[in-house]
Order: sequence, then structure tokens, then C-alpha cells
Amino acid sequence: MEELLKLEHVTKAFGENVVLNDLSLTVHQGEVLVIVGPSGCGKSTLLRCMNALEPIQSGKISLGDEPVDGSKSNVTKIRQRIGMVFQSYDLFPHKTILENITLAPMLVQKRKKGEVTEEAERLLERVGLLEKKNNYPRELSGGQKQRTAIVRALCMHPELLLFDEVTAALDPEMVREVLDVMLELAESGSTMVIVTHEMQFAKAVADRVIFLEHGEIVEEGTAEAFFEHPKTERAKSFLNTFVFDSPKRKASQGAVTG
Amino acid sequence: MNWTVIIDYIPAFREAMLLTLRIGWMGIVLAIVLGLAGALIRYYHVPVLSQIVKIYIEVFRNTPLLVQLFFIYFGLPKIGIKLTAEFCGTLGLALLGGSYMAESFRSGLEAVPLIQSESSLSLGLSRMQTFWHVLLPQALEISVPALVANVIFLLKETSVFSAISLMDLMFTAKDLIGLYYKTAECLFLLVVFYLIILLPVSIAGSFLERRLRYAGFGD
Repeated sequence: MEELLKLEHVTKAFGENVVLNDLSLTVHQGEVLVIVGPSGCGKSTLLRCMNALEPIQSGKISLGDEPVDGSKSNVTKIRQRIGMVFQSYDLFPHKTILENITLAPMLVQKRKKGEVTEEAERLLERVGLLEKKNNYPRELSGGQKQRTAIVRALCMHPELLLFDEVTAALDPEMVREVLDVMLELAESGSTMVIVTHEMQFAKAVADRVIFLEHGEIVEEGTAEAFFEHPKTERAKSFLNTFVFDSPKRKASQGAVTG
Repeated sequence: MNWTVIIDYIPAFREAMLLTLRIGWMGIVLAIVLGLAGALIRYYHVPVLSQIVKIYIEVFRNTPLLVQLFFIYFGLPKIGIKLTAEFCGTLGLALLGGSYMAESFRSGLEAVPLIQSESSLSLGLSRMQTFWHVLLPQALEISVPALVANVIFLLKETSVFSAISLMDLMFTAKDLIGLYYKTAECLFLLVVFYLIILLPVSIAGSFLERRLRYAGFGD
């Protein structure tokens, strides 16, 4: 597989606090990479570094042949090629759903209004939101907003999509509708980097999983290898936090067998 | 109260009102431009300029317009800069207004969550495009009540123009009182003409606020 995004020995610190420590990873074309790890392990910062929202202290990030270094000359070009979806949707509240989606393609890529609108409507239809196109974000549910945010990113035709805990602020039914959209994207061959706490979803969508802690990669492997046969103790105990055992059942089982 | 006197005086007050409006309008437009520029410099922490703007704001917000006008009108000629009274009035109003407007714009800009800018930047918009299309519209919605209050305040401040011999409403009233002692009539006209200027601004302002709140983009 062709390399798309490459991080080499990246170190990122906020003052004294080192968030990413000499981290290297590669995202390949058409791959779905899921990053998991406890809160504060640097997952979100890692994503933000990938499209130069955060400057890095040392190391190198490159998208294809282009360096991702936040320098004025190419940063907007880089960001056009990388779509990002945030936890809190962050639609523009003063613009309608359609305007939210068409703003960047028209302004940044100088595409024709008619053509962009047509594409936006097609994408909205795909996520079941066409009838909301003239509404304002405040009139939508969280799940609808997040689907709109995904469409907004897609309409720029990015080569890489970053998802930063996009379902963390949603209730379960809405989580499902957003994850379904992401699964569909993964199936259609999009290159995606996903930060999530939804382990079931991660298992279903990921080609490869990275387990991050203290800004370092603790374990890396295919989805199957990571979830079924984690190698490190740390990954095992992390995955165990998502498993619930009923104390009552345990006790009664104990009584029967013991 | 003598109504024929009032009717006789109306043309003089109307002239004065036009002068107040002319200077007021120009001064306020300049104040908005200046204020927006100052707010931007402060918001983006432009090195050096940011400090200069901060000093400018503190100096002009904390000195009376009258004192500022004296400096411009009587002080500048001493170093060889001669300006007309009308120009001085406009300049004084613009500088005073700029300092107030800058703070109002800045508070609006700072109330827009940072992630709004980030989500715009991540779509490939430049900093400039992000400012005009994402940040400013949302900041304005927040700033409008403060901006309208500033406009009303500045229009009222024009009443000190008489001190640099501009024939504004205050000057005209004092002049006529001094000449003919028709104090009640003149004061009555003074109040009426200020209301003629300011009530529409006030009404337009609350209309604008209501419209923005009704549009209520905020979620």
C-alpha cells in the first residue's frame, strides 16, 4: 500500500508537559487506522498535529511529498487535502446546513456554486439530511449535526479524513447513525484516522489499531490481533475496562462450581 | 414659553443639527474602522502593535473628549499642524470612539469559541477568510448591543464641540441664550433636537438586536 501520511520522530510538548514522545507512524492509502488509549494519552493532539493545528517541537510530518509544518505557503493546501471532524461538530451557527457545506469548496477551491450545491445535496441525501439543507445547525440534533460535519469535510474531496472522538458527545441512538456513515465511508475505500472510545465500532471498522499511552505507541496491530490477542499487559488491562462482569452472576457461578 | 420664538429659532437649530450629524457620522464611521483594526491587532496579539493599541485605548478611554479636543485644536498648531475645527471635531470623536469600539469588538471576537476558527482552518480557509466568514459574523452578533450603545454615547459627546467653536446644537443654544435670554425656548429646542438625532438610532439599534437574536444562530 502506498504511504499517504507519515510521522517521523514527532515530539510535541505543551511547556514542560510532553504529549507526544518521539512518535512515528504511517497511514497508508485506503487504510482505516483507529487510535485508542486512555484520556490524556495524546490521541487528540496527535490528530491536530496531522493537519498542523498544533505546531510540533521536533520530528517531521509529511503528506505525500508535502511537509506538514504549518508554514504559511502550504498549510491551506495541506488542510484542503485533509478533512477533519471534531467532537463538538463545530458547524458555523450563522450559516445554514447547505451554506456550511458549500462555504469552503466555493471559497477555497473556487468551485462553481451550482456544482458544489449539487454535490452537497447528493451527499446530504446519502446521510439522510437533504430536507434539513435550509435549516440552521441549532435546529438539528447532535447526530444530525455530526453527519453534517462529516459531509462538510467530504465535500472538499479530502485524501485523508480525521475523526476526533466524533461520537463522544452523542447519545447511543445518535452514535449509531454517525458510526453507520463512517462504516460506509470505510467500505468505499476512504483513508481514515479515527480516535474513538467505541471499541465495538473500532473492531468493526479498523484495518489497523494503535494503542497510545503517554504519547507513545504501546501496541500496534491489525484489528483482530489487537482486540482478540493483545500482546502487552497494558493493552489487556485497557481493553478489560470495557468488559463488565456482574458481581451477582460471578457469585452464583462461584456457588455452583465451587 | 413663546412658540413664535421657538419657530423662529428652528432654522438655526436645524443647521446646528446638520453639523452635528455630519461630524458625528464621519467620526463614528472612522471610529468603527479604527476600533475594528484595534480589536484585530489585540485579538491576534500582533507583536508591538498590540502594546501600542493597548496604550491608545487606555489613554483615550480615560480622558474626557473635551481635553482631547483641546489637545488637537489648541495643541497641534503649536507644533505646526493646523487643522479646521470641523476636522478636529471629527478626529477627536474618531479617536475616542475607536478606543470604545475596539474593546466592544474584541469582547465579541473573544466570545466566539476558538474551535470555530479551528474548524474553519481545518477546511482549508486562510486566516483572513476565517476572520471574514466565520469569526466576524458571530462576533458582531455578540457585539451589536455594545456597539449601538457606543454610537449613542458618541453622538451625545458631540455636545462638547462648542468648546472648539463648532456651531453645533449646544453652541447654538448657548449663543442664542446669551443674545436674547430666551432660555426656556432654547433648552426645549436643544432637548427636542437631540432626541430627533438619537431616538432613531436607539430604535434602529434595538430593532437590529432583536433581529439578530431572532435569527439566533447560536446553538
